[in-house]
Formats: sequence, structure tokens, C-alpha cells
Amino acid sequence: MLSFTFKRFLQLIPVFFGATLLVYFLVFATPGDPITALSGGKPMTPAVEASLRAQYNLDQPFWIQYGLYLKNLVTLDLGMSFSGQEVRDLLIRAFPVTARLAVMALAIEAVFGILFGVIAGMRKGKWFDSTVLFASLIVIAVPTFVLGFVLQYVVGVELGWAKPTVSGGATWGELILPATVLGLVSLAYVLRLTRTSIIENKQADYVRTATAKGLSRGRVVNVHILRNSLIPVVTFLGADLGSLMGGAIVTEGIFNVPGVGSLLFSAIRKGEIPTVVAVVGVLVVVFVLANLIVDMLYALLDPRIRYA
Amino acid sequence: MPENQNPNPEAGLPIGKNRAGKISKYHIPHFVAPLDETPLQGVDAVKETGKPLSMWGEAWRSLRKRPLFIVSVILIVSVLVVAAFPSLFSSTDPTYCALENSNEGSRAGHPMGFNFQGCDVYARVIHGTRASLMVGVFTTLFVVILGGAIGALAGFYGGWLDIILARLGDIFFALPLILGAIIVMQLPAFRENRSVWTVIITLSIFGWPQVARITRGAVLEARNADFVKASRALGISRFNSLVRHVIPNAMAPVIVVATVNLGIYIVAESTLSFLGLGLPPDVMSWGNDIAAAQNQLRNNPMMLMWPALFLSLTVLSFIMLGDAVRDALDPKTRKGN
Repeated sequence: MLSFTFKRFLQLIPVFFGATLLVYFLVFATPGDPITALSGGKPMTPAVEASLRAQYNLDQPFWIQYGLYLKNLVTLDLGMSFSGQEVRDLLIRAFPVTARLAVMALAIEAVFGILFGVIAGMRKGKWFDSTVLFASLIVIAVPTFVLGFVLQYVVGVELGWAKPTVSGGATWGELILPATVLGLVSLAYVLRLTRTSIIENKQADYVRTATAKGLSRGRVVNVHILRNSLIPVVTFLGADLGSLMGGAIVTEGIFNVPGVGSLLFSAIRKGEIPTVVAVVGVLVVVFVLANLIVDMLYALLDPRIRYA
Repeated sequence: MPENQNPNPEAGLPIGKNRAGKISKYHIPHFVAPLDETPLQGVDAVKETGKPLSMWGEAWRSLRKRPLFIVSVILIVSVLVVAAFPSLFSSTDPTYCALENSNEGSRAGHPMGFNFQGCDVYARVIHGTRASLMVGVFTTLFVVILGGAIGALAGFYGGWLDIILARLGDIFFALPLILGAIIVMQLPAFRENRSVWTVIITLSIFGWPQVARITRGAVLEARNADFVKASRALGISRFNSLVRHVIPNAMAPVIVVATVNLGIYIVAESTLSFLGLGLPPDVMSWGNDIAAAQNQLRNNPMMLMWPALFLSLTVLSFIMLGDAVRDALDPKTRKGN
């Protein structure tokens, strides 16, 4: 287990460097000058331009620039936003909110996705299966922001069951509606994945053996079928953290959640490139680490991987 | 045919009784199916002259009977026709907007009413089809060509090439599609030349690793098949064996994923447009119209609903098509064969 973890960790190193290099290269080394973009294309004095260049290390050769960016990223020295606040402080304030939102969305999609997926898979071809399957298709086909607007309008405004927007505190209760919207698309994928996996596994020899030796149906389903079916689902949930963060930009924008996503959302709208790069850099690091954790979980669930 | 005759003359009689109607000494307490229930088929009865159906032929035979497949194909063909000839479906000028019509409901000649600017919603939905569909179709095309080539080379040649290409894919994979697209669309070069093509290129940059992974897996499987070894033994070059034998047999999963992803890319374009980073505002697309409708949601929800409905139906039909093709190609899940 230890050597497996170590090996996976080693494999992560090039991914980490590569991804950050990619982000950096895309933003600062492609045609078009970021400094002129920063000033909105308006002329500025040479002194201001030189000081801006020095501030973003653009007067250095590319590799040194990248090294400094990486150093700033690791030490969380992320620079200033346009309004003169430390991006790090903004992130520290916003991160717990997004973490809460993401955990709730993950919990919602895992619980309901697996539950519905198991029922649908065990009753393949019955009405519950067809209904749930079609509903999941619709959820995938409708863009998240449309779902968000509709739920905000119907549940928040018309029915008044939940507050349509979230306050500065972003309590757990307030986040239920945004978390549902955020998790809904992934819920559909989790459901479909669980269903396929269950259908495949319920015909396995070990399931027949378990039934034949007289185990109760509940034990066969929960222990023998479900546990073996969860392996691909867990991988998906881990990789999904990335799309949750992408989706959080939209969801937090709609529901006014003061998280990392809306930080990014407003930075994009204002054209604050340094903030965008810094926040995305941090998100990439989180995503890569989450994938490492999932790999380890994967190895815990499936001994074949651990000992391979 | 004599070989088809029942070898057991006792069978067919009530269980446990012999010809005389008495209880047999070979009394069997449980039911045994009479042997002549499934007659053996004569070897001569198998037609050998007919051409066997290919994998795609088999899939087609099962597909054309499926309602889901028929419905999605009809929807896709109609959307394609609308995208190609929008003026056949709407004679109203979508760029003619009169503020006196702002947020008006439907009336004769304008079945979906008007948007905030007073433009005809129906005409805009019809004329917006092309941009949204172009993003989906061309992104899929580029992603399949790029990802397919990289995945096939990595899987077929293996070794160092595989390691390098796989790590390269991991790097792009570490950036979620929307996040990566946001960064690229921020670039000055992209920001200043925003068009349908910049969105297509951006989505392709972050879409290819998924297709590369799937192609690699499929090629690895096909590479070791006996017919590939046979083709090599017959003296075909490695590259030719990849192109002529391995790739055609590894296409199935790639086509399925590409069909489903086509819908996903259309959604991604609308999300980017919603964030203000997708298509330029002067391009008519479903994504742009939905984005424009968000501020008017409480006054005129239909302005959001109609483009969203068309977008979702299109995406739904591509996902359904992908699902149907997947089921048809997989003999394990194929129904009624």
C-alpha cells in the first residue's frame, strides 16, 4: 500500500508541474501582451508599464518567470486584486464556503445517485428504471445554469421554500439549493454508472454463489453486489471534484454564494487576469491532490490494484 | 432427416409411464423436458454462402428497430436541416428588433413572443441553431482526429511514446474543461478574435485527452487480436496494420463517446457564453440568447425557456443516439437478438 501510494505520488509530480506550466504558459507567453490587456488597451506611461512588468516578473526570462510563479503559488503569495486586496485573503475567506458547497453537492450526488442507481439496476427494464434513466438524460442535457435559474425561480421565488440567494455567512441550510443544482448533473452520471455496474455485477458467479449458499437478499445486494459496483463510482466521484469546481463558478454566480467560484466569476467579468490565474492555479493543485486521494481509496476498495 | 428423429421413443409420453400406461420402473419424480423439444438442426441447414454480417451490420439491424434511435435520428436530422437552411423555417428577420415589442407575449406570426430588445424569439432560436451546432460538430471532429491519432499511436507503439503521450494527456486532464476554457478564452489572442472558431479550438484543446484515453484502450485491445497478428505475418507493414486493421476495429467506443460528447460541447459553449466568455455577443446562438435572458427571467421567463428547450432537446438527442449505438454494439446488452 505504501509503495503504491509513493508510486502514485511520484507520477503526480510531472502532472503538477505540467499543469501549472500549461496555465502559466497560456496566460503569459502566448501572443498578445498581458500588460496592455491589463490596462484595457489604453496607453500608459513607460514608468507604470515597467513597474507592472516587474510586478508580474515579465522582465525576466520565461523559465525564471515560471519558477517565480510556482514559488508564489506554493507559498500562497498570490498578489493583489484590482481593488488592492490580497488574493490570498480573498481565497482564505472564500475557500471554506466552496468546500462546504462541494462537500454537500458530493454528498447529495453520492447518496441519491447510488441509491437510485442500485434500485434501477436491480429492477432493470421496470418502470422505475426507465423513469429514472430518462430523468437523468434530461438533467444531463439541460445546462446547469438553466437548471439553476429555474430552481431558483420556482423553489426560491414562487414557492418560497428556500432563500433564492445566499447571505454572506453561507450557512448549511442556505446552501442546500445551490448544492442540489451543483450536484444534479453529476448525480445523473453517478446514477447511470452505478446502474450499469450493478447490472454487470449481479450476474457474476460470486453473486450466484452468495445466493446459493442462502444469504439474505439484503446481504447479497449490499455486500456482494454493491461493494464491487462502487469501484468505478468512487473514481468518478473523485474526478468529479474538478467539474464541481468548474460548475461552482456558474452555481455560485447564480445564487450569489461568496465562494471561490464567485471570486473567479467576478474576476473574469472584471478582466482581472492575475486573480484568475492565481485562483485557477490553486484549484488545479486541489484537483490533483483529490485525484491522489481517490487513487488511494481505489486501492483500498480493490485489492487487485494494491498488489498488482 | 433421420438424425433429427427422437432417439428415445419413450419420450413424449406422460412422465413416469411407459407405452402401456403403467408406472415405469424408471419412475422419475420430477419433470424432465421431452428430448424432441429442441430438435437438432442438420448441418446442411446452415447457409454458408451468405455473407456474414459485420459488427456494424449487426448493430444496424438491432438499431433500426429501436424507438429511441429512430426518435433521436429524426430530431438530429431536423436540427441539421434547420442549421443548414434557417430561412426555410422563419421568414422573420431575427435582427429586426423594435423596442415597442419588448417582452411581448406570443401573437400571430410570432409564436414565441419577443425578447427584451423586442426581437422575435422564434426567429432567433431558428437562426441560433447553426452556431451552437457548429461548435458541437466541429469540436467533436477535431477532438476525435487529435485525440484519436494520439491515443492510437500511444496504444499501438507503446513504450516511450506511450509514456510521454499519456503524461501529456494527464496534464490537460488536470484542468477541468470549463476552467481550462475560461483561461484560454481570457487570452488576449482569443479575447480579441472571439468567434465560433475560437470557441471550437478552446474546447478541442481540453477535450482531446478523454478521447485519447478511450482510443488508447481500444487500440491496446485490438492490437493483440489474432487477425492483426495474421496480417503482420502476411507481411503488411506495422503502420498499415494499424491503419487498416487495428483502427477500424477500435472505432466503436470512440464513436459512442464522440456522439455523447457532441451534446456536452454544446452545453459547454452555452455555459461559456453565459459567463460572457463564449461566442461574441453579435453571433446568434442559443447560449448567447439564454445568457441575455437571465436578467429578464422574472419579467419574461419564456425568453429563457425557448432557447433552453431547443438546446436541451438537441443535446438529449445526441446523448440518446450515443446510448443507442453503445447498446447496439455491445452484444451483451443488445435486446432481442
